[in-house]
Amino acid sequence: MLQIDMLTKRFGDKTAVDAANISVDKPTMIGIIGRSGAGKSTLLRMVNRLSDATSGKITFDGEEITALRGAAKRDWQSRCAMIFQQFNLVPRMDVVSNVLHGTLNKRSTFATMFNLYPQADIHKAIEILDRLGVAEQAPKRAEALSGGQQQRVAIARALMQDPKIILADEPIASLDPMNAQVVMQSLRRIHEEDGRMVIANLHTLDTARRYCDRVIGMRDGRIVFDGTPAQLTTGVARDIYGAGSDFSEAATSTEIETLDRPEVHLEDA
Amino acid sequence: MTETTFGNAAQTVASIQSSYVAQVQRRRLYGGLTLLLFVILMVSGFNVADSRNAGGFWDGLHQIGDYPADVLSEAWEKRADLPALIVKYFPALVETINIAAVSTLIGAMGGLFLSLMGTRGLAKWPRLIPLFRRISDIMRAVPEIVIALVLIFVMGGGPVPAMIAIAIHTAGALGKMFSEVAENADMKPVEGLASTGATWSQRMLLGVLPQVAPNYVSYALLRFEINIRASAILGFVGAGGLGYELRNSMAWGPGRFDEAAAIFILLFGTIVFFDQVSSRYRNRLTEGKGQ
Repeated sequence: MLQIDMLTKRFGDKTAVDAANISVDKPTMIGIIGRSGAGKSTLLRMVNRLSDATSGKITFDGEEITALRGAAKRDWQSRCAMIFQQFNLVPRMDVVSNVLHGTLNKRSTFATMFNLYPQADIHKAIEILDRLGVAEQAPKRAEALSGGQQQRVAIARALMQDPKIILADEPIASLDPMNAQVVMQSLRRIHEEDGRMVIANLHTLDTARRYCDRVIGMRDGRIVFDGTPAQLTTGVARDIYGAGSDFSEAATSTEIETLDRPEVHLEDA
Repeated sequence: MTETTFGNAAQTVASIQSSYVAQVQRRRLYGGLTLLLFVILMVSGFNVADSRNAGGFWDGLHQIGDYPADVLSEAWEKRADLPALIVKYFPALVETINIAAVSTLIGAMGGLFLSLMGTRGLAKWPRLIPLFRRISDIMRAVPEIVIALVLIFVMGGGPVPAMIAIAIHTAGALGKMFSEVAENADMKPVEGLASTGATWSQRMLLGVLPQVAPNYVSYALLRFEINIRASAILGFVGAGGLGYELRNSMAWGPGRFDEAAAIFILLFGTIVFFDQVSSRYRNRLTEGKGQ
C-alpha cells in the first residue's frame, strides 16, 4: 500500500530525515518512536505533503505522492488525515464546524464563506463526535473544550475526511495520562473497526508497545529499528534513544498503571 | 471506562443534530440579512455620492485617462530633457525624504512614550491611561495637512512646519499601533523583573522592549514610507520639497508637464526603493532572527 523509498529532507546543511525506507502492505497501526529532533514529525509532514521532500519518493497504491501538485496534492491531503500535538483546531469556531472542515476539499470557497454545509454532512459530523464520546460538546466553541476533548474533535475532523491513512503527530504529548489513554484507544478502535492505516509519532515506548502492531525507531534522521513490539528489547530501546544503562521504560511512561509497577521488563511486553 | 464514554443513546444524538441544524439555519439567516444590508448600503451610498457630484460619475468616467495621457504625451515629446530635470529636482527629493525621516524618528519616540503610558498592565500611572489614549486619538485624528496649514500660517512656509505636522500625526498613529503590540506582550518577564525590585523604566527597557522591538521597528518603517508620501503632499501647501515643485509644474498647465513627469518618476522610484528596502529589513526582523 504505502511505500517510502530513500526519503530525505534537508534544512540547510542539517539532514532531518536521511534516506528513510518504509514499506507497508496492509492497513497497520504503526508507532514511530525516537528522541525529539529525530525526524519523526518531518517524516509524517512529508507523507501528508505539508512539507516537500528533498529527495526520494512516497507511493501509495501505485500513485506517486511526492510528485503531486496543486489540486491533486490537496486531494491526496484529504485522503491522508493528520492529527497534531496541539490539536490545530480553529479555536473560535464551534466543534461541529471544526469537524466539518474535514470536508473542505470537496467544497468551494463560496460555499465555505456562507457556511453552506449539506445537512447530511452535519448529521454525519455529529455521529462521528458521538462515536468519540464528545457529541454533547457539539455547539460549543473549540477553545472552550479540555485538551483531551479537543484532540477527539481533531480525530473527528480526520474521520470526516474518510481517509485511507491517519497520521498522528505526537497525539498525546500534551494530554494527561487519562485523556492520553482515551485518545490512543480511539485511534486503535478506528484502526480495528474501519481498517484504516494509522501512523503515530509517539514519545513514550510503552504507548507504542501497547497500541501498535509495528514499531519504527528513528535516531538522527535514520530509521534504526523496524519490527514488532516484541522485538523491541531494552537494548534496542537504549540504542534508539541513545541512552545509557540507567534508561528504563517506566521513566518515560505516561500510563497510569506504571505507577503500580516499580520495575518494567522490556522483554515481556 | 472507555465503553461508557463511547456508548451514547441514539436519541440524544438525534436531538443534538436537530438543535445544531436549527442553530445553523438561524446563523445562515443572520448572514443573509447582513449581506443584504451590506449590498443596500453600498448601492444607496454610491447613488447619494453620485447625485451630489458636480459632474456625475458615469459622465466623467470616460475622461479619466485624459489628463495622464496629456502629461505622458508631452513628457514623451520632451523625453530628452528628463534626465536633466531629474537631476534638477533631486535636491527637492532629498528635502522631502529628510522631512519624512526626522518626523518619523520624533514621531516614533512620541509614539513609544504614548503607547507605554496608554497600555493596560504596563502604564506607570494606570489612572492616566484614558488621558494618554485620548491624547494619541487627537494627535492621529487631525490630518497632517490641517496642522501644517496652521503652522505655516503661524511660522511661515518651509520644511519645519511640515516636519512638526507629520511628527504629531505619526506619534498618534504609532502610539496606537505600538500599544496594540505591547498589549500582547508576555507579562512574565516584567513580573520577574519586578520581583527583583526593578524600577518602572528598567522593567520597560528590559522586560517589554526586547519583546516588542521587532514589531515596533517594522511599524516605524511602514510609517516612514507613509510619511514620504505625506511630506510630498504637504509640499502642495507650501512646505517645500518635491510636492512644492510638483504643484508649481502642474498648476502651470501644459508646457511644463515634462517637469511633472520627472517629479512623478522621482517620487515613484523613491517610494518603490524604500518599500523594497524596508520590507526586506522588516522580514529579517520578524522571521529571520535565527540566521
